[in-house]
Amino acid sequence: MNAAQSIKILPARAASITVAGTGSAAPAPLACDRNSLAGSVTQRACAFCGSRVILYPIADALHLVHGPIGCAAYTWDIRGAQSSGSQLFRNSFSTDLQEMDVIYGGEKKLGAALRELIARHSPKAAFVYSTCIVGLIGDDVEAICKEVSAATGIPVIPVASEGFKGTKKTGYRAACDAVYRLIGTGDIGDLPPVSINLLGDFNIAGETWVIRDYFKRMGVHVVATLTGDGRVDAIRRCHGAKLNLVQCSGSMTSLAKMLEKDHGIPFRRVSFFGIEDMSAALYEVAAFFAPQDPGLPGRTQTVVREEIEKLMPELRRYREKLAGKKAAIYVGGAFKAFSLVRALRTLGMTTALVGTQTGDKDDYEMLRQMCDPGTVIVDDSNPLELAKFCLEKDVDLFIGGVKERPIAYKLGIGFCDHNHERKEALAGYVGMLNFAREVYASVMSPVWQYTPRRAQRHAPRHHEEAAA
Amino acid sequence: MIAPPESFARVNGTDPEPYPNATTNACKLCTPLGACLAFRGVRGAIPFLHGSQGCATYIRRYVISHFREPMDIAASNFSESSAVFGGGLNVRIGLENVIRQYKPELVGLATTCLSETIGEDLAGHLQDFHGGHPGGVDGAPVPPIVPVSCASYRGTHAKGFHDTVRALVDTLCPGAASSSTGSAGILPADDAPASPNGTRAPRPRSPKDAAAPPPPVALFPGMLSPADLRELKRIAAAFALPVTLLPDYSDTLDGPSWADYEKLPSGGTPVEAIRALARAQASVEFGRVLARAPVTAATVLARRHGVLPCRLGLPIGLRETDRFIEHLAALAGREAPAEIARERGRLIDSWVDGHKYVFEKRAIVYGEEDLVVGLASLLAEFGVTPVLCASGGRSGHLADALRAAVPELDERTVIREGADFAGIADQAAALQPDFFIGSSKGYSLARRLNVPLVRCGFPVHDRIGGQRILHVGYAGAQSLFDRIVNTLLDRKQAGSPVGYAYL
Repeated sequence: MNAAQSIKILPARAASITVAGTGSAAPAPLACDRNSLAGSVTQRACAFCGSRVILYPIADALHLVHGPIGCAAYTWDIRGAQSSGSQLFRNSFSTDLQEMDVIYGGEKKLGAALRELIARHSPKAAFVYSTCIVGLIGDDVEAICKEVSAATGIPVIPVASEGFKGTKKTGYRAACDAVYRLIGTGDIGDLPPVSINLLGDFNIAGETWVIRDYFKRMGVHVVATLTGDGRVDAIRRCHGAKLNLVQCSGSMTSLAKMLEKDHGIPFRRVSFFGIEDMSAALYEVAAFFAPQDPGLPGRTQTVVREEIEKLMPELRRYREKLAGKKAAIYVGGAFKAFSLVRALRTLGMTTALVGTQTGDKDDYEMLRQMCDPGTVIVDDSNPLELAKFCLEKDVDLFIGGVKERPIAYKLGIGFCDHNHERKEALAGYVGMLNFAREVYASVMSPVWQYTPRRAQRHAPRHHEEAAA
Repeated sequence: MIAPPESFARVNGTDPEPYPNATTNACKLCTPLGACLAFRGVRGAIPFLHGSQGCATYIRRYVISHFREPMDIAASNFSESSAVFGGGLNVRIGLENVIRQYKPELVGLATTCLSETIGEDLAGHLQDFHGGHPGGVDGAPVPPIVPVSCASYRGTHAKGFHDTVRALVDTLCPGAASSSTGSAGILPADDAPASPNGTRAPRPRSPKDAAAPPPPVALFPGMLSPADLRELKRIAAAFALPVTLLPDYSDTLDGPSWADYEKLPSGGTPVEAIRALARAQASVEFGRVLARAPVTAATVLARRHGVLPCRLGLPIGLRETDRFIEHLAALAGREAPAEIARERGRLIDSWVDGHKYVFEKRAIVYGEEDLVVGLASLLAEFGVTPVLCASGGRSGHLADALRAAVPELDERTVIREGADFAGIADQAAALQPDFFIGSSKGYSLARRLNVPLVRCGFPVHDRIGGQRILHVGYAGAQSLFDRIVNTLLDRKQAGSPVGYAYL
């Protein structure tokens, strides 16, 4: 029995898997948005991870992880988020709690650590991340932060990111709550009327700069980016923008909602991945500000046309080679999954498997509608399920993060890293080109013909012929 | 000399080993990572972390970034309610699911700081689990479940690794008085005296054993690379000496491309082979710092089963490898095979060829304490001065172990336990190093000082092939020497205005 047959879906996982375009008119909604099954080897992370992912790119802040060393060590300078100035955020600061701290409490150590580090690095603000045990040992992190803030004169902000509190989604909310404490504290008198914030772009490999350039050419002022190439002072002023663009909607919609409620700033959920979604995002902004700036739609068209003209010849070449190839997608958030399904279509490829760690019912309904019939859709999957479906669907490419990479490679399948650790810019038009190059480089590589699973296919009867 | 304490103000007062209040860019990882690595070296084993799912996810990602191999780690996925009411239910459901899905030959159940802090009764949970599943899980038998305590506020990944190796032996090689297999092993409280270093004769075999094949030697290699583990097996095979390596992740973390998906990668030390260590003819345990720990896998075997332990340094460099080879020769009752002797000869020959390029060069060495001892010993052998030997570990024995292994160390060498990379950076520039040697984590500092980095140890996640870096044996010394010399030559060539292609 081969692995595709022998890997059984755990009974408690069955309701989280469905197939697009099959059967009933109103299929049962996918089971999602719930705790991971114990022992299932989820690909998800914890609340701490969610908070750390969101706040990490704020470059001139001190990020202190309050807890034992692991959580800080595993998040030390592994991401592709870039800064145009301060590199302070790339350090890993930890209170490195020891047994005595766990017994007697870590408050004194936390206060002393904050004072030391603030004196040494002069950050614009400090974030203090709680890890699993901080709540359990009863440290009053809020009080320590207040005390240190008063003593040092910079905002010291606790992040309620105890890992066990939930998935990354829980951590996203904690991070938004934390960063929200900065907002509204800066002067917005000089901000122009056509101005936006970019939420949920993390400047992986300089993507924020790519997107900012489009808006600059359109004549739209970007007040703050949250949090790519982020600066504390810019974030303080982001309540002065007139529109929030929320990319990576899972992570920062809650912040956008707070800004809408308290400051009356509307928001639009967008994606910067793929030609279609990138263009839609720019046109969305143009339409929003057209009443104040009638020339904006025209300038936007120019930007879009110029960018697309630049990349189409090369893209066409890749498309010719990649047409008909099949892909699997497993990513954190659903909006990225939507964009990837579309971006793969731009390359002539189909999506055979798509899943996310944190999608909700609406997201999965959207995927069911946009994917070709037969596409497997999974929520909160695990390595065995992903391997099973990759084999059953016989995909040529896997798009995911480092945890998914070995599943693909061991089976002789190409891979594209679309996670925060990547060092390639994949957003914007140039990002689409980079994406196409990477997909092409992996899918068309000659190495696969030597991998056993694919080699069997190329020459299945070598031995028999020799014997005959 | 031991470096003066860091300049940070401390709140821990008179603690003889004061901890700084903040660690910046740690030179260590957490205990469960070490546990997961060690469990990966048992055939058909799956590591299972009792705690939040983030621990498993972070560790998987980290391990994959170095080995570039699948690394499935299950977790009990604590939620807010399990943190309050206990994780017993999560352990049960988690174990059921992992056994159902993976049909493992062993489950390695490590705690995390979360489950340790709330005081989970792991032994009780396991007893309940075994009691509740007499017929297995959906027809799959319940495999041995080996618990190990991994509070990350107690020690580093190196401790997690060694504690796990000990827990495997402790659970699978019970003494006469202990309960039978598979039950939750309680770690022994008695501190058997640590055996001194040095070569010992093998346990004499009775005449009736003469016809039977000799029982294997237990070899506890410590946290080495898959290439190292293969090299150790090759050396033992050259002596025709049966050896059981524990752990052995030489295949599971550096395996071939697959024809079909393997739920758990093939390879690793079989559970039966671990059980058989109770009858091992002798044990060898690497690590001069580890040798100062009161209870290890080797001491458990010695105390319970009379297996004679030999505790050596990691066989890195000429002298430490000589000691290992001499010991193997004694165990095998024969001279070192010609093939090994010639490797040794070629190594020395290469040192002669390259000695001028390395003499009195200054190196900063960092990593796990025992790795630092091995590397410092190697460097000193061909005249490099280790100007700083730093580790995130805090055994209290690093300086002693270094002095014992590397007699030529003098006051030029700064030794730091409990170091982080901020502390190393504080001293590094003044030490004027010619190169760094250690994991990828030293890269940013080396880059800032414009000094080359020779990558070894774990993690190496800015280069391909971390799993294939060879450190041990004469071949490992050869490989490291060639890389060090060529790194220095490359630097000299690149910095030269002339750019000779003939050096």
